[in-house]
Amino acid sequence: MSTRTVEATLSTTGVDAEGNPIGIPLTVRSGDEEHMLINLGPQHPATHGVLRLVIELEGETVVRVIPHIGYLHSGFEKLGEYRHYNQIVPLTDRTDYLSPMANNVALALAAEKLMGIEITERCRVLRVIACEMSRIISHLVWLGTTGIDMGAYTPFLWLFQQRELIYDLQEAWTGARLTTSLTRVGGLMADIPDGWEDGLREFCRAFPKVLREVDTMFTRNGIWIGRNQGVGTISAEEAINYSLSGPMLRASGVDYDVRKDRPYLGYETYDFDVPVGEHGDNYDRYLVRMEEMFQSNRIMEQALARLKPGPINVDNPRVILPPKSRAMSDMEAMIFHFKQVMEGVRAPVGEAYMGIENPKGELGYYFVSDGTAKPVRWRIRPPSFLNLASLPRLCEGVLLSDVIAINASVDIVMGEIDR
Amino acid sequence: MTISPSGPALQSRFGAAVTRVVESCGDTIAYVSRDRAHEILAWLRDDPGQHFNYLTDVTAVEYRDAERPLEVVYQLRSLDRKADLRVKIELAKREPLEVDSVCDLWKGANWLEREAFDMFGVRFRGHPDLRRILMWETYAEGYPLRKDFPLRGHFSRAEQTRQALAANPEAHYSLEELSIAETFHELPAEMRERLAKGERGKVG
Repeated sequence: MSTRTVEATLSTTGVDAEGNPIGIPLTVRSGDEEHMLINLGPQHPATHGVLRLVIELEGETVVRVIPHIGYLHSGFEKLGEYRHYNQIVPLTDRTDYLSPMANNVALALAAEKLMGIEITERCRVLRVIACEMSRIISHLVWLGTTGIDMGAYTPFLWLFQQRELIYDLQEAWTGARLTTSLTRVGGLMADIPDGWEDGLREFCRAFPKVLREVDTMFTRNGIWIGRNQGVGTISAEEAINYSLSGPMLRASGVDYDVRKDRPYLGYETYDFDVPVGEHGDNYDRYLVRMEEMFQSNRIMEQALARLKPGPINVDNPRVILPPKSRAMSDMEAMIFHFKQVMEGVRAPVGEAYMGIENPKGELGYYFVSDGTAKPVRWRIRPPSFLNLASLPRLCEGVLLSDVIAINASVDIVMGEIDR
Repeated sequence: MTISPSGPALQSRFGAAVTRVVESCGDTIAYVSRDRAHEILAWLRDDPGQHFNYLTDVTAVEYRDAERPLEVVYQLRSLDRKADLRVKIELAKREPLEVDSVCDLWKGANWLEREAFDMFGVRFRGHPDLRRILMWETYAEGYPLRKDFPLRGHFSRAEQTRQALAANPEAHYSLEELSIAETFHELPAEMRERLAKGERGKVG
């Protein structure tokens, strides 16, 4: 706690009608200087959701930033303790709602690790496609809204048009644009419809062209460089100490990507590069995310090439719900259907942590099971929660307008931070 | 699956302070005593053979069996060795739920520990700013992720709505924000008492 003294008219015994102390000024005195407290949010377009920042200013320089979160707290972790593993999937849609399919995949992988289930080859490839589609739409939203924060409106429209194309594919596959609930323990909710690959192939062909156009708009743009280069810098050592992950960590020069270093879904067999920054500033975070979109496109092309017909679910009636047609005509299938809907899939006693590389960083799901069909504890390790925790450090001594740029570069999504 | 070599290394170095090392779903879990946990975690971070420089997660787990102790869980990772280790501290329910903060080792622990405090009521000694984080400061229903906390909360829906609306956090600046902690003792006794109870001055 600082030793600055503050002049506050709290020392009056004045109270308002409800008996609360009144009359606290918004300026605080620190020695000879007068500091000002600015309240940003929770309803502010540049806070990307319901984030509240209390900013102490000396002139226009930020002395400190105090983030307040929790406005979107929904108690997902508590709810998960009252649900079967498959019933948790819809909750994950609503955490990081900019990349719902990747969250679904992470949840299924965590549950499968806990239960020791090996999924089929087709399911793995489709899940890789789902993860990379999510990475692209999440980065598109990030880049578009960040552009708006810096006063660039046109790329937002171009990028959201591309995002719309992926949303159409997502809708054709899962029936929903946002609340996809794609995965199930041991497989997928549905296989891709006929002709869907052609749609994705067409997207993969056209998308890099649009991305390069956006690249020409931003990468050498004087305003963009001026607002972002050298702003919000964090060193590699500090980035690790602050537990940053994803593009935030890599922009600081730490070559760590869960897909490469703790591979899941056979990522080690795909040919892709992990972009790593050098300066750890806003601009490097932009470059890293930009390049990640090109790389995701590459991964999707490779995944499409190796997508072979086959089953999407494991062959285990205790885990996978039988098709409705069989459940209505076959006695055994009906019993399995009933048992699964009423009792859920049982997990052995134990615990498992599964982290995957989500667009925002490392998303980890940690399950503790006591042998019943509902987890004792479902912990979400939220990447943007930890990334946002570094905001007070990133904003030390910058100008007020840089707070907006830095906050945008962190790429937060409040649904995941507050859970 | 086998136990990570960090487990036996911990046991040989810290002896009885490492109560047991087990394996679950391929992850190694080391149970350590509360009193030496900070020392053990610092060693795991700094020892060149271990070098768990990255704190993935801090959380707590409470079991449905009320007799079982509550666990504080540290998920550690060594970025260069690409190795993971889970360290757990067991806290018996009849003792105060207190452990030493690891904020001095990893800055990333700051918000994670605040969340564990907010959701489970575990106090982290030496934490620089142990406040509620997801719930508002005057939240009075207890610790939501504890097993004795009903899914719908302790209070009625009407009372919850009333309290949530009355909290109106944006209209208030906390003591910390006003930096008046140093001048706090100069306030009249009655005002001090009310502020300590969680009342906040309104922006005037």
